[in-house]
Amino acid sequence: MTVHVDVVSAEESIFSGLAEFVALPGESGELGILPGHMPLMTRIKPGTVRIKLPHGKEEHIFVAGGLLEVQPGLVTVLADTAIRGVDLDEAKALEAKKRAEEALASRSAEVDYARAQAELSEAIAQLSAIERLRKHGH
Amino acid sequence: MAGSKEIRSKIKSVQNTRKITKAMEMVAASKMRKAQERMRAARPYSEKIRRLAANLSHALMTDYRHPFLTKQTSVKRVGLIVITTDKGLCGGLNTNVLRQSLNSMRQWEAQGIRDISITCIGNKGLGFMQRLGARVVSHITHIGDTPHMEKLIGPIKIMLDAYQAGELDEVHIAYTRFINTMSQQAIIEPLLPLSGERMGTPETGWDYLYEPDAQTVVDDLLLRYVEALIYEGVTENMASEQSARMVAMKAATDNAGSVIKELQLIYNKARQAAITKEISEIVGGAAAIAG
Repeated sequence: MTVHVDVVSAEESIFSGLAEFVALPGESGELGILPGHMPLMTRIKPGTVRIKLPHGKEEHIFVAGGLLEVQPGLVTVLADTAIRGVDLDEAKALEAKKRAEEALASRSAEVDYARAQAELSEAIAQLSAIERLRKHGH
Repeated sequence: MAGSKEIRSKIKSVQNTRKITKAMEMVAASKMRKAQERMRAARPYSEKIRRLAANLSHALMTDYRHPFLTKQTSVKRVGLIVITTDKGLCGGLNTNVLRQSLNSMRQWEAQGIRDISITCIGNKGLGFMQRLGARVVSHITHIGDTPHMEKLIGPIKIMLDAYQAGELDEVHIAYTRFINTMSQQAIIEPLLPLSGERMGTPETGWDYLYEPDAQTVVDDLLLRYVEALIYEGVTENMASEQSARMVAMKAATDNAGSVIKELQLIYNKARQAAITKEISEIVGGAAAIAG
């Protein structure tokens, strides 16, 4: 008896294949899933997902938390790419907010970039001047 | 012979420009392949989470209405997430997205929506919105060639929090959709409230067991679903950027080539004219002496 296991994150597909047994850190304790498990949805904590492959080998995947969906023949782990948490997310949002305010305060933050672009547009203007020259050449 | 030296130096400078555009074209071509791979790599996740969101929103429609799924009757305040590139020289890519965004913003204002909050992903959009004087509530620039969800969480959260707190009635997202290497399309589409059609029809209802409870799981799932949608936009935009840059740089290289050809012709003509002139002078001089 095997169950199909998919471990995916927003950035890539990490594992996809058949397994005899899956163990992972559920929010309310370690979960062991065998084929034919009842439908379940839960959050998972940061930790290792252990997948026992049909030929006795084991696959270990570290996940930074996420969501788990279990159907009788299918286990899906939606892994997070970063460790999440209300506080951590909040900190990221605050940082972003600060950045937005700073950008508002100093609107000349990208001076170098603007200068580079000015140089480039000069080069483009030169090119078009040459093109005009070419047309007059005939 | 006066003009020929200048023409020669012009040819040199165009040749140098061509070298640069050629190099940029090749860099963009290799980055494009990677960006497309990344776009494809993100698909399994978004497909799975879309399926789950469809299942859950359908199953829970009656007992728990998440704000992401609740349509507001009157729209007064709108949020807009604009995804652009960090760098230029990629044809009309950013211009098209920003024009679309501007049109939508004008339309909203015409409808009496004065309160528009903007989240900018990418330098170009940020610069544009700041010049415009729009209210940019958060932004993220210099995402690099590999976009990481971690960097996007903060700026997105500001927008989503505002929506959940009822400060925004709708959130839209503008980005460039990757169709194929030759064509990309700027689009602006509604993100929140989540549309049922976009999620698709749910599968035959599984009666899930939720841990710790349905509400927490749904909250988490919908947040990740929205983030996945935005991440999808970012990866599509990135693939579009590299393709557009490759095409633009190829055109620039070709143009530089034809300019060089033309300049070479002009140069040869000028040289020939100078030689002819010199010969006729010598012949004239010789004739005068002989006469």
